[in-house]
Amino acid sequence: MADIEPPDNRPLVEPEIHVGPEYAVAESDVAELVTGEVFAGSSLWRDAWRRLLRNKLAVFGMLVVLVLAIASVIGPAIIARATGLTYDSIPKDAALLKSFAPFRTADGKFSWAHPMGTDNAGRDILARVLSGGQISLMVALIATLVSLVIGISYGAIAGYLGGRVDDLMMRIVDVLYSLPYVILIIVLLALLPAKTPTAQLAELFFALGAVSWLTMARIVRGQIISLKNQDFVLAARATGVPTLRIIFRHLVPNALGPVIVYATLTIPSVMLSEAFLSFLGLGVRPPRVSWGSLAAEGAQNLAIYPWQLIFPGLTMALMLFSLNFVGDGLRDALDPQTRKE
Amino acid sequence: MPKSNGNLLSVKDLCVYFKTEDNVVKAVDGVSFEVKRGQTLGIVGESGSGKTVANLSIMRLISEPPGQIAGGAIEFNGRDILKMSPRELRDLRGCHIAMIFQDPMTSLNPFMRVSKQLMEVTQLHLGHTKEEARRHAVEMLEHVRIPDAPERIDSYPHEFSGGMRQRVMIAMALSCKPQLLIADEPTTALDVTIQAQILNLIQKLKTETGTSVILITHDLGVIAGMTDYVTVMYAGKVFEQAPTPELFERPGNPYTKALLQSVPDPTSEQGKLFQIPGQPPDLANLPSGCPFAPRCRRVEEVCRREFPPFVRLTSNHFSLCHFADEVYAESAT
Repeated sequence: MADIEPPDNRPLVEPEIHVGPEYAVAESDVAELVTGEVFAGSSLWRDAWRRLLRNKLAVFGMLVVLVLAIASVIGPAIIARATGLTYDSIPKDAALLKSFAPFRTADGKFSWAHPMGTDNAGRDILARVLSGGQISLMVALIATLVSLVIGISYGAIAGYLGGRVDDLMMRIVDVLYSLPYVILIIVLLALLPAKTPTAQLAELFFALGAVSWLTMARIVRGQIISLKNQDFVLAARATGVPTLRIIFRHLVPNALGPVIVYATLTIPSVMLSEAFLSFLGLGVRPPRVSWGSLAAEGAQNLAIYPWQLIFPGLTMALMLFSLNFVGDGLRDALDPQTRKE
Repeated sequence: MPKSNGNLLSVKDLCVYFKTEDNVVKAVDGVSFEVKRGQTLGIVGESGSGKTVANLSIMRLISEPPGQIAGGAIEFNGRDILKMSPRELRDLRGCHIAMIFQDPMTSLNPFMRVSKQLMEVTQLHLGHTKEEARRHAVEMLEHVRIPDAPERIDSYPHEFSGGMRQRVMIAMALSCKPQLLIADEPTTALDVTIQAQILNLIQKLKTETGTSVILITHDLGVIAGMTDYVTVMYAGKVFEQAPTPELFERPGNPYTKALLQSVPDPTSEQGKLFQIPGQPPDLANLPSGCPFAPRCRRVEEVCRREFPPFVRLTSNHFSLCHFADEVYAESAT
């Protein structure tokens, strides 16, 4: 007679062969117990860094960003020391109050004095581009910092608490998301009239930061939700760690990978927004300059004095490309799923 | 069981329900047990029998919603844990009651140095300064026999093996000298050689510090070797409670008997391993009679109709069965 299946659906058990995980001895465990040796494991960060260095575009991007940043920070001071020119120094000689081409003097001869030429008022464009870079970098960094602080706290709290709190908090984000950010910034800037140029600049930082945290909040919330049900969070709760400490000490560091990537990509986008606002005349106001306001000025004279647009435009484009390369490189390096090896 | 003053923890008629979209899952339904000072209580049961939920409730770690402690009382040192404020609970957790989890691979924060995680406990509960906490953490690691503790303490969890990580968890759990240690399947994720080491360690530390232990497991061998008293759970209910030797020698419940029969016996010539037929019941949809009735070998009409009584067999042996006395008598032979 053939074998008859058991009446209920239970599977046939084969007791002789029991290869469960509990019978498998991990060799590494044994070896380690014997020798007490520690393997210097490569950490996630070190791994990511190695992968980043293998990405040529990202390395190129990092170098360009570094060079441009250093040039912007110390360049204007060096030019001022060497030639006495600042972004705002208008020549006293009336004959020089015009725009001359790169490497040319007012009468068209070759000269090292103005490698990028001058603008309509005879101001050195190189000095202006570099000090514009200072402002652009500052705006981008501070606005990104603001967005990091608000976005991480907001997203982490919403994600960890969950339920109604999360619903309410994220609906607020949705509403803000649906508003065009330019209008939001215009309203913000109009509501807070600044008295001094510095205060005006601070307002711009704040306004840009205030609109750029939304995506950050969403990203962090998503990360926290996927992390909060892990055992180590339960273990932390079981040892009596207070909620806020769990969120910011235990969870947020675990979510840092995507946060860093997004922050790197926020810098160029904020920089572009700033340029856009300055181009519209809403951002940095004269006499201060930024890449956006320089481009706006240059665009007016594009047909006759193309260098007034080309140099600030090129510099900004180079910076934006490089930052994006770095951001993409970081994303590939930190996300194990996009790992190519 | 009569309430005695030797009880560190007493859980009475604990009910923990989880609300799903259209029904209520009674994960723990009327569970009572007690832990005496210095005693080790074993809780056995299949997956989903409510062991873990009951113990998470002791620390009030059930997430509400969807979970809800629907009734009962949990007294620890004479104080009702269910009535504690969040602040009191924080002081209780980790300081008076500590927990070790099943999977040491995921219970340590991968982004925090082991030293920081160990120090956090004593800094929170004992008000240690950084230096004190660090010294204490190194001592604890040495205590759980991690070699080169002063050097290894600054490693990240991934630099430790599974057994080592479970040692770290134990060090963390014991660093405030808790009165009660809940070990939720502490060795399930480890291989046998390490299992024995970890269990020996828990046993040793228990005798050194006088901590009471609740050991949750589905490994009857572990229960036999480690515990003084056993609670058998099934479908969110206590099926049998007895002193460990008695439970193994003279079980008073068909479920316990079936469990004992399913333990592989290496000396047996019988080819097939005994298996309890069927599946554990759906906790959202329990039958009206005994929850074990559909799988029980000595099921009778009354089992399907009526919920069984909790029968007292001896002064400290209880069984949830219509035929508890008969089963108890049978197993004497």
